[in-house]
Amino acid sequence: MAWAGKLLRVNLSEGTCESEPLNMEWAQAYLGQRGLATKYLSEEIDPKVDPLSPENKLIMTTGPLTGTCASTAGRYSVVTKGALTGAIACSNSGGFFGNEMKNAGWDMIIFEGRSPSPVYLLVLDGDARLVDASKHWGTSVWDTEEAIKHDHGDPLIRVASIGVSGEKGVKYACVVNDMHRAAGRSGVGTVMGSKNLKAVAIRGTLGVNVKDPRRFMEATAAAKKVLADNPVTGQGLPAMGTQVLMNVINETGALPTRNHRDVQFEGANNISAEAMAEVRETDGKKNLVTNAACFGCTIACGRVSEIDRTHFSVAERPEYQIISGGLEYEAAWALGAATGVDDLEALTFANFICNEQGLDPISFGATVGSAMELFEEGVISTDDTGGIELNFGNAEALCKVAELTGKGEGFGAEIGLGSKLLCEKHGRPELSMSVKGQEFPAYDSRGIQGMGLTYATSNRGACHLRSYTVASEILGIPEKTDPLVSDGKAGLVRAFQDATAAVDSTGMCVFTTFAWTLEDFAPQVDAACEGEWTAERLLETGERIWNLERQFNIAAGFSGADDNLPPRLLKDAAKTGPAEGKVNGLETMLPEYYEVRGWTPDGVPSNETIARLGL
Amino acid sequence: MQKSLSIDPNKCTGCLQCELACSLDNEGAFNPSKSRIKVFNFEGKGRFVPYTCTQCDEAWCAEACPTNAISVDRDTGAKVVSDALCVGCKVCTIACPFGTINYNQSTGKVIKCDLCGGDPECAKACPTEAITYVDANWTGLDRMRASAAVADAAAQT
Repeated sequence: MAWAGKLLRVNLSEGTCESEPLNMEWAQAYLGQRGLATKYLSEEIDPKVDPLSPENKLIMTTGPLTGTCASTAGRYSVVTKGALTGAIACSNSGGFFGNEMKNAGWDMIIFEGRSPSPVYLLVLDGDARLVDASKHWGTSVWDTEEAIKHDHGDPLIRVASIGVSGEKGVKYACVVNDMHRAAGRSGVGTVMGSKNLKAVAIRGTLGVNVKDPRRFMEATAAAKKVLADNPVTGQGLPAMGTQVLMNVINETGALPTRNHRDVQFEGANNISAEAMAEVRETDGKKNLVTNAACFGCTIACGRVSEIDRTHFSVAERPEYQIISGGLEYEAAWALGAATGVDDLEALTFANFICNEQGLDPISFGATVGSAMELFEEGVISTDDTGGIELNFGNAEALCKVAELTGKGEGFGAEIGLGSKLLCEKHGRPELSMSVKGQEFPAYDSRGIQGMGLTYATSNRGACHLRSYTVASEILGIPEKTDPLVSDGKAGLVRAFQDATAAVDSTGMCVFTTFAWTLEDFAPQVDAACEGEWTAERLLETGERIWNLERQFNIAAGFSGADDNLPPRLLKDAAKTGPAEGKVNGLETMLPEYYEVRGWTPDGVPSNETIARLGL
Repeated sequence: MQKSLSIDPNKCTGCLQCELACSLDNEGAFNPSKSRIKVFNFEGKGRFVPYTCTQCDEAWCAEACPTNAISVDRDTGAKVVSDALCVGCKVCTIACPFGTINYNQSTGKVIKCDLCGGDPECAKACPTEAITYVDANWTGLDRMRASAAVADAAAQT
């Protein structure tokens, strides 16, 4: 129950698809999705393998609650060794694809090897087969999804695919499902591309069951009410999306601007939720058309937008004069503040391109920001950029580079390297705002101290979704801590990391944690899944997952030395705002963090910790 | 007094909670593919539109059925399929102008909305009140009220 109880193993080298039972002992220890797939990956590959070699595996995985009526329970994750980072990667996506996989009777799909030619996997309930995808190779996510549905005469098929960027080896390519929803970070789409796997198309009609339906309905109804009654999940997110944060974080002095040179962006309001809801003078319409929900989600934070048809980006291009996936906060920040561009329509266009060609907008925007700094410093010139004047704030350059990178062409291939390789290539590694090769998201750790430790210790490289201490430090959830103080943040980061790892393994969305604690998750998981699932057990499961990921990374060659931040955040003080004069206090937080984790001073899980967690 | 499902696509977010509730009640599992109500996502338009049987008074599905398997529930007005009588001939699916009665391969019978005996699960599950269950004579009441407010505001200026 809850778990479908089987996984699909697809050997791309051999062209075989085989069913095997899910390891239920592991499911009890790692729950599902992020945790369980990480366990499978750890057992099945050598962490030292080249992420783009056939020896790497790629796992698409649901959680036990995926496909149920619990709010937000439609999530799936892509777990692999990341192309961008060389570390454990787990990218989570909403939309409707996860439910379809579960309804077809699969908890997980493990892809092995490399297909000799482009293929996609077609799954119709229990039947799975590989189909020639040569005609889709070189086409976008949007065209691929439409063509597959058309070819099978079935509009109800759900598709997850890569764009041209993933085929061309752009290091931060996503897997995009349902046109606009992405398993976005760490280059999971790049790994998929390296396997010659263009798409996964699924139709599921078998149904999902839970252990105790009556208790499950009561628990999920109570939890939905908590979401509806909470001001963030009940009002803020549906009305304004995550973009509700743009002005808030800017006022906090933690909005990284122009490759983290500044911590406040003078154009923030122009690219905010408020701006998206304003009637445009040009055409009398708003950028934001409506909000939208992923499968089963009663929050509905998704943005659906339309670009001003007179805007330079789409004026001559009717194919982009559509209503499509709009800006979330992280995308608006990366495409906007990180590049100094405050043209909302240009950012929306760049975001369309990221969806269409499967680019992580965070790493893309941040890499453009680093390239703009290289350009302004005179390290690169128009000779390198193919004639593009890559100054901060240049909206036309941003749009042009988005299209080039989406197709891995020209200067886009350089931007597709990610900021770390790009800046190293030009002898300025310190200008890459990244950890373990992955670019920072939208919170400056000089103004929100806990996020510095979050980024430095995140197992998948810099990431806000591994421990969102912004909730505590800025929003006061579950309790307020001072964002400018680093004392006590080690314990806070650890608590957020463990809880989030558990949430990411359920099939539900981490955004619920603006309102839910593990006490709200536990009755839902317990009513659905075999075994007794308390908040304490979920937290311990999260800790086990965190340590397992850490062990994977250590075996892959990472060490405590990689738990670091770029010198800009440790030495160059914030110039304005509440954090003026501050740098990040990682130096004091990190040793305390290792201690509260039960790790050695070098950042290795101690034997006691390993034994306690049964690793 | 009969009630009707009233659907307002302007309020729908496309979350499919209605399909989950419908399939659980009718099939005993969370299975949107077996839901009697469907939400259509018009890609590129930003519109989410729930749609299900409107329970025609002169029900063409019932008229077309050669085994009289579709009857009226006198309390709710719903047109209800008797699995005992349905032979899976699918003639009703041809007769229905709206496509809201469909064949179910796993049972060999047709399925359609039966208003859950007068307490529709979809309406209860909808988080945004895009689907409500209201007086059958006044399904337009909310829109009429909104129009009245607009007219009133204009009259006051």
